[in-house]
Amino acid sequence: MATNLNKFKRIGSMMFTCNHLRRLSSSPASSGVLASADAQGKSINLYTAINQALHIALDSDPRSYIFGEDVGFGGVFRCTTGLADQFGKHRVFNTPLCEQGIVGFAIGLAAMGNRAIAEIQFADYIFPAFDQIVNEAAKFRYRSGNEFNCGGLTIRAPYGAVGHGALYHSQSPEAFFCHVPGLKVVIPRSPKEAKGLLLSSIRDPNPVIFFEPKGLYRLAVEEVPEGDYTLPLSEAEVIREGSDITLVGWGAQLTTMEQACVDAEKEGISCELIDLKTLLPWDKETVEASVRKTGRLLISHEAPVTGGFGAEISASIVERCFLRLEAPVARVCGLDTPFPHVFEPFYMPTKNKILDAIKETVNF
Amino acid sequence: MATSKSTKFIFRNLKSTKFLISRSINHKSSLTNSLFPRHLLHTISLPPLLNQTKPSVAYSGWFQAVYGGRRSHTATSFSDYVDQLCTEAPLQQELNFPGGKVKFTPKRIFTPGSNEERINCYRVLNENGEVIVDSDSLKISKELAVKMYTNMVTLQVMDTIFYEAQRQGRVSFYLTTIGEEAINIASAAALSDNDFIFPQYREPGVLLWRGFTLQEFANQLFGNKYDQGKGRQMPIHYGSKKHNYVTVSSTVATQIPHAVGAAYSMKMQKQDSCTITYFGDGGSSTGDFHAGLNFAAVMEVPVIFFCRNNGWAISTPISDQLRGDGIVVRGNAYGIPSIRVDGNDALAVYSAVYEARKLAIEKQTPVLIEALTYRAGHHSTSDDSTKYRPVDEIEWWREDQNPVKRFRKWIENEGWWSDQVESEHRSSIRKQLSHAIQAAERVEKPPVADMFNDVYDVPPKNLNEQELLLRENIKKHARDYPSNAAV
Repeated sequence: MATNLNKFKRIGSMMFTCNHLRRLSSSPASSGVLASADAQGKSINLYTAINQALHIALDSDPRSYIFGEDVGFGGVFRCTTGLADQFGKHRVFNTPLCEQGIVGFAIGLAAMGNRAIAEIQFADYIFPAFDQIVNEAAKFRYRSGNEFNCGGLTIRAPYGAVGHGALYHSQSPEAFFCHVPGLKVVIPRSPKEAKGLLLSSIRDPNPVIFFEPKGLYRLAVEEVPEGDYTLPLSEAEVIREGSDITLVGWGAQLTTMEQACVDAEKEGISCELIDLKTLLPWDKETVEASVRKTGRLLISHEAPVTGGFGAEISASIVERCFLRLEAPVARVCGLDTPFPHVFEPFYMPTKNKILDAIKETVNF
Repeated sequence: MATSKSTKFIFRNLKSTKFLISRSINHKSSLTNSLFPRHLLHTISLPPLLNQTKPSVAYSGWFQAVYGGRRSHTATSFSDYVDQLCTEAPLQQELNFPGGKVKFTPKRIFTPGSNEERINCYRVLNENGEVIVDSDSLKISKELAVKMYTNMVTLQVMDTIFYEAQRQGRVSFYLTTIGEEAINIASAAALSDNDFIFPQYREPGVLLWRGFTLQEFANQLFGNKYDQGKGRQMPIHYGSKKHNYVTVSSTVATQIPHAVGAAYSMKMQKQDSCTITYFGDGGSSTGDFHAGLNFAAVMEVPVIFFCRNNGWAISTPISDQLRGDGIVVRGNAYGIPSIRVDGNDALAVYSAVYEARKLAIEKQTPVLIEALTYRAGHHSTSDDSTKYRPVDEIEWWREDQNPVKRFRKWIENEGWWSDQVESEHRSSIRKQLSHAIQAAERVEKPPVADMFNDVYDVPPKNLNEQELLLRENIKKHARDYPSNAAV
């Protein structure tokens, strides 16, 4: 039994190792690649950074509201901790268990000139609200000739793998929403990025879906400025400079990609790593400029490879850089299966899968 | 506004399919020759449509859609309908609206949002485990009663041991049914094995009742190769074709319309069975709940909607979940016979479900049951409910309103149970569970091929390619992967 217990625990310990690395790589004490530049302030984790942003949003605009399932007591990921106590239950509140209701209500609230910050408890549960998001929020401005808009709407939803979430607590559904003109889709990689991008999303005059990498809520720690600041939407960032290949990703996957970059460097391959940050509308120019320099592109995301947002990036860059490309664009992504429980380590776009693809692309 | 339209004019328009106008008559009508008493007309408001001189295509289309179909009304054609309206309405002070006749009233009265008196809760056993005099309860044999009790205890012990296994890090997640043992077991006992179960996730007792073994439960929790779900879902997502128990999904209330569709199949196949779907108070807020109830009523299918109203949807109390008198009153709005039952009283739950099943199958009708109870455990192992509700409250429900204790008092009073049998049973179940956990832990995980199977009936080319690539990657980087799954 002991042997088998160890076998089972191996999955757990491997996840721990992975998470441990994540914490280091996004901490200012590490190489600092993933940490944002010019970080000043207290060292906090990602959910605390989100909490700070929400606090500022409520404090700086008396017509901002935060709501969703279990938001009142602080949310199942603690992102709304203390907000109801400070700002009152009329501005921070529980909703009935109904995602279509949450988003529909948020659209109406936003359409009256308020900032509606809606939480969907897990991105996996956003689909009952799909009609409200795709047919209502995204088209509210366009269909009315700009008579009406719901630009004050921001939908927050935790997404991605955590090691044991299986089919319904792990998904990365960003690509569905990147197919919808009228929406913005934003995904932060670290606490400082999360705070600045969330405040930009809340203040952006368009409906924004803000996916939070839930695997990093507690594990990613970095110094975050205590005050109010925003980071620009639709601007990608080169977070590691290199000359042989461009890697593009977002959210938690950047941590894994960065490890692959570090390992590739040991083998003499210089990787440039780009955090896309905003997937819709996305910053093609930054990616294009990088690929013009390196001549190679690799995209990595947790979502299934087929129809993932990597496909869009790949097609756009081939259109723009066809003659400059020295190898096919590589995609290292989740497999085309639902997100499986015990098979999660097999499903994931791991560091070594990325490293292999880097080498194959460079040696093409 | 058409303030001087005559009744004749109105009905002429009606005959020219300007039907909707008939639904409401001008508020300020100066009709002198009206077929309607004036005091009636006064109460009826005018829709904007009356401004139109020509009926819109959309509305005449709407009319045909409603009346060209199978919807029943007493008139057999539109002209019959108008004639009927002309002759009957003034006499009976009612109008045959789409959907049936409605009487008029001169009183401007709003229906109340909720009744002052809440709907009563059906109970058979009082808190001392005594049968309430004159209660409408079914006779339960000693054999059935003892089987129900032993299953309730098994479920309790199962929860304790599996919860502990999660705390020890042996399984990744668990979710208990503490406080809802009577709902689980007594409802299952009242059903037939050929009835289909569409569960939420807090009804493993139904599966236990049907013979799913402790080993099978443990295999699912560990996601080993004997798990029917092939290790793909989180722990507690049980499912078994053999037991007509449709596999649990983490999503809330999505199973409700499925139960309705499945019940329609039973109706069409003229089967002597029904479906039952379980959900919580939180689930009753979803669109799927409302769609499911409405479909069931319209399709007239044999489905039992079983709401476990335990007061808490994770941290969200019922006061943040809904207004009005709970779930039971919604049945009436959809045209569904409904009952509220004490969920901590196994005899009441048994009788209610037994009768609901009979009603559902004999009358081919949905039935709604709202069982009032309390989630005496945390939502799951990911939750600490003391953060949002008082410990005293939890303890009171756990101890004073414990459904297992109450049922035990009853069977003891009947002379069917003793301390000795109790302790033997508990000890035996504990041993079986301990063995089941150890065995499940030893079994290897499902083979890697099972990651790709069942996405479709047969894996398409893209999955075959991905499987090949993965196998190469596993060979190359064996240390990246768990060793307890066959490659």
